Amino acid sequence: MLDLPTIWAGIIAFAVLTYVVLDGFDLGIGILFPFAKVKKDRDVMMNSVAPVWDGNETWLVMGGGGLFAVFPVAYAIVMPALYMPIIVMLLALVFRGVAFEYRWRTERWRGVWDAAFIGGSTVAAFCQGVALGGLVQGIEVVDRAYAGGWWDWLSPFSILTGCALVVGYALLGATWLVMKTEGELQAAMRARALPLGVATFALIGAVSLWTPFQDPAYFQRWFTFPAILYSGIVPVLLAFGGYMLYRGLTSGRDVMPFLASQSVFVISFIGIGISFYPDMVPPSVTIHQAAAPDESLAFALVGTVILVPMILAYTAYAYWVFRGKIDPDAGYH
Amino acid sequence: MFDGFSAETLARIQFAFTVSFHIIFPAFSIGLASYLAVLNAQWLRTLDQVYLTLFNYWKKIFAVAFGMGVVSGIVMSYQFGTNWAVFSEKAGPVIGPLMAYEVLTAFFLEAGFLGIMLFGRDKVGEGLHMMATALVAIGTLTSATWILSVNSWMQTPAGYDINDLGQFIPVDWWAIVFNPSFTHRLVHMVLAAYLTTAFVVAGVAAWQLLRGRATEGTRKMFSMAMWMAAIVTPIQIFAGDSHGLNTLEHQPVKVMAMEGHFESHPDGAPLILFGFPNQKEKRVDYAIEIPKLSSLILKHDLNAPLDGLDTVPDDEEPPVAIVFWSFRVMVGIGFAMLGVGLWSLLQRMRGRLYTSPWLHRAAVLMGPTGFVAVLAGWITTEVGRQPYTVYGLLRTSDSLSPVEAPAVATSLIMFIVVYFFVFGAGTYYILRLMHKAPGEGTDDPTRAGPLRTAGIVPPAQYDASQTPGE
Ligand code: HDD
Ligand code: HEM
Ligand code: HEM
Repeated sequence: MLDLPTIWAGIIAFAVLTYVVLDGFDLGIGILFPFAKVKKDRDVMMNSVAPVWDGNETWLVMGGGGLFAVFPVAYAIVMPALYMPIIVMLLALVFRGVAFEYRWRTERWRGVWDAAFIGGSTVAAFCQGVALGGLVQGIEVVDRAYAGGWWDWLSPFSILTGCALVVGYALLGATWLVMKTEGELQAAMRARALPLGVATFALIGAVSLWTPFQDPAYFQRWFTFPAILYSGIVPVLLAFGGYMLYRGLTSGRDVMPFLASQSVFVISFIGIGISFYPDMVPPSVTIHQAAAPDESLAFALVGTVILVPMILAYTAYAYWVFRGKIDPDAGYH
Repeated sequence: MFDGFSAETLARIQFAFTVSFHIIFPAFSIGLASYLAVLNAQWLRTLDQVYLTLFNYWKKIFAVAFGMGVVSGIVMSYQFGTNWAVFSEKAGPVIGPLMAYEVLTAFFLEAGFLGIMLFGRDKVGEGLHMMATALVAIGTLTSATWILSVNSWMQTPAGYDINDLGQFIPVDWWAIVFNPSFTHRLVHMVLAAYLTTAFVVAGVAAWQLLRGRATEGTRKMFSMAMWMAAIVTPIQIFAGDSHGLNTLEHQPVKVMAMEGHFESHPDGAPLILFGFPNQKEKRVDYAIEIPKLSSLILKHDLNAPLDGLDTVPDDEEPPVAIVFWSFRVMVGIGFAMLGVGLWSLLQRMRGRLYTSPWLHRAAVLMGPTGFVAVLAGWITTEVGRQPYTVYGLLRTSDSLSPVEAPAVATSLIMFIVVYFFVFGAGTYYILRLMHKAPGEGTDDPTRAGPLRTAGIVPPAQYDASQTPGE
């Protein structure tokens, strides 16, 4: 059962999850930018992720590039199917990425690049959610190729998942700032995290209830014996995560809310995984049908097994170097 | 705006547009990352402030250029799927893993250590900071290595088989990575990146010298860049020549287009210097040619026979005029660079390197030409392999995604608008940074920048290491 395609499906899922966990909070910072009016607060918010955002975003390249390498059929189906959300997301990431540098290069146009940062982050998050929704609701495939039109992804469900991701990323951003800042900014973010948490849970609930109706297969994967035994654990874990988040925020803890909200994302992601398996592109392309030949999978796996732990290690080192609260008065570029 | 174009044409325009923008930034950041590593090493070795000043000066420019390279690169890695899905499905098993290795060995490395290189000198100490700077440079070179292997495989495929689904499947990874044109292309491209950067540095330095800012920093910059120009340009011309011989062996049709040889020449082909290729009539109008020279260059024999496009079916010919002209632009710039390099040697010998306004004017003029040469070179390469995406095996027209023309047109317009706006602004900011001389003016409001968290270094040391000359 544990053959190369399955291992690779696990690695790609890991890369996407790592992307969500890491880039989620720094996109969240952009989504929260409008609520910080003072320039200094905005500086601090941006600086809290400036040294690491590029590494975070590289996991997106890993997800896309990895799909290309090991599941070329899935890559060739999903990209045309989600053409518009993907292109718009890429352009949004352009705006947001350059804002990190441009913002410090101009007085007069700072407002423009602040807007680019806000808009880029929000739109990118929304498009990622829409893409997820578009995938969950199923993609029409004939002869190993996409067979639908260029607006098929648009539905109330995909709009809902888009909104859910924007709110969820904002929650991650707010709790990140609770962890990384002090004083008024921290208090403001703490106050904001609570309603964001409530909204996130409401949206997760709505998406979860709606998902089984997208495809009867999802319903079966969740609610037949023996799957129900372990799929029953997911909501319990989610509820626990929610409780920890609430506790962390109300009892004045700095790190706990961040970890709790990240765990909510991880658990939701596992939930999505249960819905998908063994499909790669629902409803009709399985992991095995989408996989490249074993020669490709084996060649890429050797490097991945050696390199990913090294990458995780030096990424952790980079975070460690820039650890602790942001000092709002230090620095030059 | 793009009514009446087919999805294929639009996708080709879109790929050409986005990749042409992308290559501009890596071409600069590959060179600049290495330059920064050299400057930092020199600072640590000699403790001469001038190197630190230069490092901090170019670091800011690097940060902006690198940011633009990253965001335009992410677009590229998804574009294979959005616009060239059939190509991705078929060639993915071979080139996909190479690109995955690029992400794993290069992009993560760059991204992981970039933060430390830009913001971390005070936090990790000089030794680790030097290491981070070197790793970023190594990352950019590694990235170029993998992506050029991918591109070269598409030009000169090797080590593959084709399965019953029509997919390319890997048979021999060594043969795939080290396909016949790879080493030539890699050497030529990396040298191109170095030369491009050298001429930008020289252009900035010369600009400062002409404005009367002959600080130690500007002089050092100018001298270093001119050494590069004088030494690397001849090597590049040699590398380009052997790249061309390699192309003659593996993609002779491309060379016919580059040379404008519509006819075969059984006893010595002329070198057409200029002229107007007329593909319909299959001749070069108003050609100025030197008899037999083409055979001498390509075959090292005045009378060697050379085939022309008359030996090739019409539907396998690339667009000749584009290839013909872009090749001449690149080679012309190459020789102009050689000229400047030699001139600088002469002035250096006469002790007038820093006091020769005409040399400085020429250097300013040549500043951006590396980018032009890089683009012209790539256009030669890519248009010259048409009508194939995988040379001889997979046609461009069979590589396309199942997306409708309006979708491609819409996204193309969005790319054009966004790229000109965003990268136009970035170029403006870079030029503004370049307008200031190294070590000049510290009270600029835009100098405030990303702050960092309190780290292992106690605050007192922070001030002590505030960079002088900044
Ligand atoms: C600073 C940039 C630069 C300069 C001065 C030159 N080139 Fe170049 N050339 C490139 C930058 C470049 C490039 C962008 O790096 C290309 C495009 C693809 C590639 O592999 O290298 C290229 C491609 C390229 C090709 C196409 C090979 C193929 O794909 O089939 C040939 C034959 C040459 N070059 C030859 C030359 C010669 C004879 C030059 C001497 C004057 C020269 N180049 C100067
Ligand atoms: C970065 C420098 C590059 C430039 C400036 C460049 C330029 C171009 C141009 C002008 C075309 C259009 C050719 C035509 O349609 O007539 C093209 C097509 C293409 N190139 Fe490149 N290219 C570059 C690098 C690459 C690399 C590294 C790859 C592969 C990894 C690649 C893959 C392709 C593909 C798939 C197409 C589309 C199909 C086609 O029209 O041939 N290119 N490129
Ligand atoms: C179609 C082909 C290409 C694709 C798909 C591609 C993909 C990418 C991606 C995804 C990034 C961002 C990496 C990050 O997140 O840090 C990037 C950056 C980069 N690419 Fe490309 N690239 C292509 C062509 C090229 C070529 C032809 C070269 C050089 C010869 C090159 C060299 C680089 C370098 C050095 C960077 C680092 C960023 C920078 O220095 O500006 N790429 N590329």
